[in-house]
Amino acid sequence: MSEPMTAPTSAGALLQMTGIVKEFPGVRALGGVDLDVRAGEVHCLLGQNGAGKSTLIKVLAAVHQPDEGTIVWDGQEVSLSSPQAALRSGIATIYQELDLVPHLSVAENIFLGHELSTAGFSQRLRANRMARELLTRLGHSEISPTRSVGSLAPAGQQIVSMARALSRDTRLLILDEPSAVLDQEGVANLFRVIRSLTADGVAVVYISHRLEEIRQIGDRITVLKDGRTVATGLPVAETPTPELIKLMTGRAIEYVFPQRPTVAADGEVVLDVQDLSLSGVFSGVNLSVRAGEIVGLAGLVGAGRSEVLETVYGARRASSGTVTVNGRRLPRGSVTASVKAGVGLAPEERKSQGLLLDEAVYRNVTVSSLGAFSRGGFLNRAAEKRRAQELTTSLDVRPSGVTRAVRTLSGGNQQKVVLARWLLRECRVLLLDEPTRGVDVGARTEIYQLVRSLADSGVAVVVVSSEVEEVLGLADRVLVVREGEVVHEAAATDLDESTVLDLVMEGRA
Amino acid sequence: MTDNIPASDETARVEAAAQETTREGTGALAVLNSSVGRNAGLVVALVILCVVGAATAGDRFTSTDNALTILRYAATIGVVSVGMTFVIIGGGIDLSVGAILALSSVWCTTLATQQMAQDSTWLVMVGVALAVGAACGLVNGLLIAYGGVVPFIATLAMLASARGLAEIISNKKTQIVQVPEFIDFFNKEILGVQISIYVFALVAIVGWVLLNRTTFGRRTIAVGGNPEAARLAGINVKWHTVMLYVLLGVCCGIAAVLLIARTSTGSSTHGLLYELEAIAAVVIGGTLLSGGRGTIVGTVFGVLIFSILTNVFVLNNRSQSEQQLLKGAIIVAAVLLQQRLASRNSST
Repeated sequence: MSEPMTAPTSAGALLQMTGIVKEFPGVRALGGVDLDVRAGEVHCLLGQNGAGKSTLIKVLAAVHQPDEGTIVWDGQEVSLSSPQAALRSGIATIYQELDLVPHLSVAENIFLGHELSTAGFSQRLRANRMARELLTRLGHSEISPTRSVGSLAPAGQQIVSMARALSRDTRLLILDEPSAVLDQEGVANLFRVIRSLTADGVAVVYISHRLEEIRQIGDRITVLKDGRTVATGLPVAETPTPELIKLMTGRAIEYVFPQRPTVAADGEVVLDVQDLSLSGVFSGVNLSVRAGEIVGLAGLVGAGRSEVLETVYGARRASSGTVTVNGRRLPRGSVTASVKAGVGLAPEERKSQGLLLDEAVYRNVTVSSLGAFSRGGFLNRAAEKRRAQELTTSLDVRPSGVTRAVRTLSGGNQQKVVLARWLLRECRVLLLDEPTRGVDVGARTEIYQLVRSLADSGVAVVVVSSEVEEVLGLADRVLVVREGEVVHEAAATDLDESTVLDLVMEGRA
Repeated sequence: MTDNIPASDETARVEAAAQETTREGTGALAVLNSSVGRNAGLVVALVILCVVGAATAGDRFTSTDNALTILRYAATIGVVSVGMTFVIIGGGIDLSVGAILALSSVWCTTLATQQMAQDSTWLVMVGVALAVGAACGLVNGLLIAYGGVVPFIATLAMLASARGLAEIISNKKTQIVQVPEFIDFFNKEILGVQISIYVFALVAIVGWVLLNRTTFGRRTIAVGGNPEAARLAGINVKWHTVMLYVLLGVCCGIAAVLLIARTSTGSSTHGLLYELEAIAAVVIGGTLLSGGRGTIVGTVFGVLIFSILTNVFVLNNRSQSEQQLLKGAIIVAAVLLQQRLASRNSST
């Protein structure tokens, strides 16, 4: 702190990020982000999914290198070359998925990567003693340093992660949605720990979707939207919730949603879900979708939206409830039966769940309809290629060759290949999980048009998205899911983004 | 997480022009990576081996009789390797093939089976061998697909128990075949080539067609390449996995028949270390151990390379130990090459 500060706004700042830009091929994840964090404060980072929060903390943790912009750390401009360099500088990150080794002991985990040793022999007793000191400092002296980490509850594991951060003389601690794995008591403990850390002068960057938590623990707020900082350094105490939500939403529309049909769909009910439950994840979901209708499920990541879709599809086995398609009840937990009944799923993780990346486009299109191209088990590959070519041409998949590997296509075109697969089957029910994730802005409009025209042709569509705007723009009817329950249902035109955000974050409008 | 290639009009046009070129690249690795190139590499290896054989053993190596000997030896291991190719492409592994072969050979040469064969037809013995192989494969497949046991462990257990059962049934004695029709049929020659060798050729051709031209083959590639995507696309991954192991079990049964015909015996010591030879042949042939990609043609080359290698060593009176040493080195070299090709693939 001895160096003179350069910018006037940075007075007292431990960290000052200015104009950070990070681009990935086809996506501008960060387009100029500013963030300043002071020692001893809890700085909250707010923004919708896709706003760039994760990318920003990865830049800060030096997992990603910024393309533009400056990072001033403790009064000096720095360029952090690797996560290890960030750690050495005193910047520690605790991600949502804790990176602990379950079979090692608490102390071994805490000192992983910088083990205490003499001539190669580990100093177990000293490590245990120091681990106990750290845990006591965090107010959790009841966790034994010799216990294996895998036997701890998620809350305990999080404490171990924090102890690991502290063992490195951390001055800035980044917490990515730390409360997601915790119950109420766990959150209270977490806040106690955070307060004692900030009292010692440690700065905390806190990411959460839950506004009530930010109210309790935060000092200042930075709001991100579409990869840009829209507000920074807002004092928590003086910023009303509606203003925060307004800052998070209200983006400039860069893509267009298709027109809804003027007459509401009054076709027969194609998909009927009654009292569907998956124990421990969601319960009592009712959902019926008519031919030609698009129903959206809005909610936070982890609220159970994707699980609802996967259970309807049979990829997860429901613990109770029924799924009926065209009046026929589907057996529980059988994807094969669902596909036969005319249900298709475009999964959330397109690359790991949806596609055979190294296989040709046509093979990805026909994989669910091989029976239609075979006689006595022998495939007619010419017919396969012809049909796939017709479909991909009509969906404007580019580049157009059906024999190239799917891996070489962009995200939007890969999504079209998945949709072509279900078009080929002429499915009656289409389940779309995050249909535009990893799809660049230009291709989004095309995907939306495609989904709408599918609905117009009589398909019942269910869309899950963590982008509220997408659900509202695309769907006819919206169900809001929060912590495994449907808390609200309304026509999309009767809802606005801030109402839905209120519902998903706080459970009330 | 993000797109590999931006879909701008320009790149789209450029790439559309190069439509059929699915993979670009320069250098020796890229050449080896194309299917033709990879097989060319195997052909080169084969030719080198033959040259070495001819140079060191002369006429004894180049004679037609020797060629047929090599092929007869290759037939047994080759049939197993074709089945193994399917299992490995489907994302699995089977260590129990040698033991299944032994059990099949013992079961179909028991006094009771032979008595039945003598009373009716020698085909009874073939039926028993295939049925025993299929049953063992079914157990493997059910344990792996529905029992959730990892393939390595499930088939390791089968390796131990199948051979154990074979020893119990045969009382550790070699069982001589008393049904001459059986032996005669497989040793009959058409155009100077024994039926056994035709059987291997037939299995390889059927395997190639099955893998490349049928829904079964397409699903095998999908299941091995990305099981989760295959499942969500509506493929019954578990049942398909079971069928893959049954297929390999049947191949072991066929191999047992060929081995019995060659040796006139059934024995619990048949097929020792066949799992090693078969897996090695498959890997040398370019099939990815991680599943999702592989070729029957490559496997056949792999089998021939190993068989010729064995033959050249035997003709030169070199020890079994030296042979094992070299084979080990070849396997490591093949896998190292494969990994370099794989990492290159994922980066394009």
